[in-house]
Amino acid sequence: MNFDLSEEQQMLVDSIGKFLKNDYPFETRRKLANSELGFSAQNWKTFAELGWLSVPFSADNGGFGGTSVDMMLMHEQFGTALVTEPVIPTLILGGRLIELLGNNVQKETLLSAVIQGELQLALAYNERIARNNPAIVGCTARREGDSYVLNGEKIAVLNGHAANQILVTARLSGDVSSANGISVFVVDANAAGLQRKPYQTVDGLRAADLQLNNVKVPAANLLGTEGAAFDAVETVLDEATLALCAEAVGAMEVLYKTTVDYSKTRKQFGMPIGKFQVLQFRMVDMFMAHEQCKSMIYMAALRSLEGRAAARKAVSAVKVQIGKAGRKIGQEAVQLHGGMGMTDELNVGYYFKRLTAIDALFGNVDFHLARYGLVA
Amino acid sequence: MDLTIKPEYRQFREEVRAFLEANLTPDLREAGRLATSVFHDVERSMAWQKILHKKGWAAPHWPQAYGGTGWDVVQRAIFAEECLMANAPAGIPMGLHMCGPCIIGCGTQEQKDYYLPRILSGEDFWCQGYSEPGAGSDLASLQCSAESDGDDYIINGTKIWTTYAHYANKIFCLVRTNKNCKPQEGITFLLIDMNTPGITVEPIIGLDMIREQNTVFFDNVRVPKANRIGAENAGWTVAKYLLMFERGGQEYAPALHYALNRVKEIAEQEAGSFGGKLSEDAAFMRRVHEVEIEITALEFTENRIKAALGSGQSPGALASMTKILGTEISQKVTELAIEAVGVYGLPLQVDAIQPGANLPFVGPEYALTAMPRYLNTRATTIYGGSNEVQRGIIAKMVLGL
Repeated sequence: MNFDLSEEQQMLVDSIGKFLKNDYPFETRRKLANSELGFSAQNWKTFAELGWLSVPFSADNGGFGGTSVDMMLMHEQFGTALVTEPVIPTLILGGRLIELLGNNVQKETLLSAVIQGELQLALAYNERIARNNPAIVGCTARREGDSYVLNGEKIAVLNGHAANQILVTARLSGDVSSANGISVFVVDANAAGLQRKPYQTVDGLRAADLQLNNVKVPAANLLGTEGAAFDAVETVLDEATLALCAEAVGAMEVLYKTTVDYSKTRKQFGMPIGKFQVLQFRMVDMFMAHEQCKSMIYMAALRSLEGRAAARKAVSAVKVQIGKAGRKIGQEAVQLHGGMGMTDELNVGYYFKRLTAIDALFGNVDFHLARYGLVA
Repeated sequence: MDLTIKPEYRQFREEVRAFLEANLTPDLREAGRLATSVFHDVERSMAWQKILHKKGWAAPHWPQAYGGTGWDVVQRAIFAEECLMANAPAGIPMGLHMCGPCIIGCGTQEQKDYYLPRILSGEDFWCQGYSEPGAGSDLASLQCSAESDGDDYIINGTKIWTTYAHYANKIFCLVRTNKNCKPQEGITFLLIDMNTPGITVEPIIGLDMIREQNTVFFDNVRVPKANRIGAENAGWTVAKYLLMFERGGQEYAPALHYALNRVKEIAEQEAGSFGGKLSEDAAFMRRVHEVEIEITALEFTENRIKAALGSGQSPGALASMTKILGTEISQKVTELAIEAVGVYGLPLQVDAIQPGANLPFVGPEYALTAMPRYLNTRATTIYGGSNEVQRGIIAKMVLGL
């Protein structure tokens, strides 16, 4: 058992760290989040040039052949700077799903475009009736000649505003909550009958709600066998959840360290507030919560290498731990910064809001505790 | 980064397992199974130590030159895990884990030659004289005095929370040899024979109604200066050597996983209040799973520390972190256990959990230990440097506050 990074992993971490230090100061991030697109197309190009967009894909598909460990390390770095570029939606939820389900033509055309930074993707799986459960799919698909016709609605589609192609889960058969009968279709963002309602989210990112009214999709855009997409959807959601948790760990580290630094400079009652034991203990608890979460993303990344059964349990465990710790560290950071913690001026609030959003995405603490109970 | 276990470690685990299988009698396992404290039944613990000593495994963490095994940190962890799973009685720590390392680090050759073999064999049974009625978390304020008188010291004062002093023939003490300096600089480390005239031991009965601890009174007790470890007034340094010796070496997660699995087994046996089994009660199981996830996080924190130790790094104040997390989670586990057994946590039947007692008892056997464990485990966040002291260490050493 060892936790050392390989030479390649260290290079990846260093190159991301260097980019973030030079090109991603907080004021830049703030501007990006409020821009039309919500992220930088130029940065996306840079990510492609540096090879980051190829990390999760196998060499056969033109990728770097990275593992869950590489993705975890990458996202921990992204989390330190609250990167807004849609890596999880395009690479994991979109790209990895195509890699798992797609035929050779689909993989060749779509994945090479993703790796080159020319294609933005999104996965529309969630619905109001589903509450993050990917098996509950009310959206329907029916075959009509050379096409499928999709009807229904999807919510909180990450990167839904910018995606050129949206992967939509829809039901061909079965009950509304049956894992069988679910398919994934590649839907052009400009398809007739597809209505997108994009919005900014509280953490500065973007998502969209979708309405599908008789959206005609060419039969060639079905990913995989009819009705058999659930396992792959669940797999990429687990991969995305782990990446998101790693991002949270990066954010937590910045947040607790920022709080400790602030407590050394902010003076009240004639001394730095960090001298007060009641605050010291709370910061120690923030430190420990971060360390425990870091251990958990290592655990989940490594266990994910052992197959789906192990991954399912490990990912739910890590999401529970991160959800709770994110709440704790975020709330304490605001409290210890006092009135300043409530302002838009400091970066503290942005980290707090991102951690809050992360708990809500892909199932919160309650969701994953219940799922953990089912697989434990 | 990987979780692969080297083949030689698998082989080592097999070797340990086979030895335990062959040597742990049902009597010995009963002591491990019924233990409700980190301090197990004395008679059986010492019997087990003799067996381990014969094999050369009594003190895996000691340097080989003094009778250690030469195992690395992973092997030591494997050995501890296997002993746990096999319900082996735990070693009594005061000699092997506390006094021994101080003698190894700071004793003279003569002292090492005399004391260390007697610790390994169990011939000497040590207890620890650190805390005093007025010196708990603030240990350096201790007052028990040692006045110089020729080749001897004369000891006067009181030590408290002295676990198993009523079994011990030796006590290692921190005593005050100088009052006119910084508190830490006037302390001396002394080895004292419990049979010396002037020593009296009085019992302290715990919340669990078990006598584990004592108060030890010293009334003009004469101790040869030859029994001093390290220089006069250097006792604080000697005591701190112990912290360096075993830093980060203790693992909590394996025992916590083990104990939580027992809770799950109980939940399989117990009925739920509204039908089905307790293990089908979503509210209860949710809490079990929350604690299991916390233990998993600690398991990997400890794995990270082990990996750092293995590559020669120092985990530093992370030992304080595992102490805080390990003990606080252990309190949650013991709390879940009393909730799982419900009203069968209530019968007071201390005698029935003594190994070999064979007394009739009320309720299912798995309920016998739940309440005494819950009560005893409250001590874990108090002793060994209270968790408040540990948080203070992290605040200062890690966060720089």
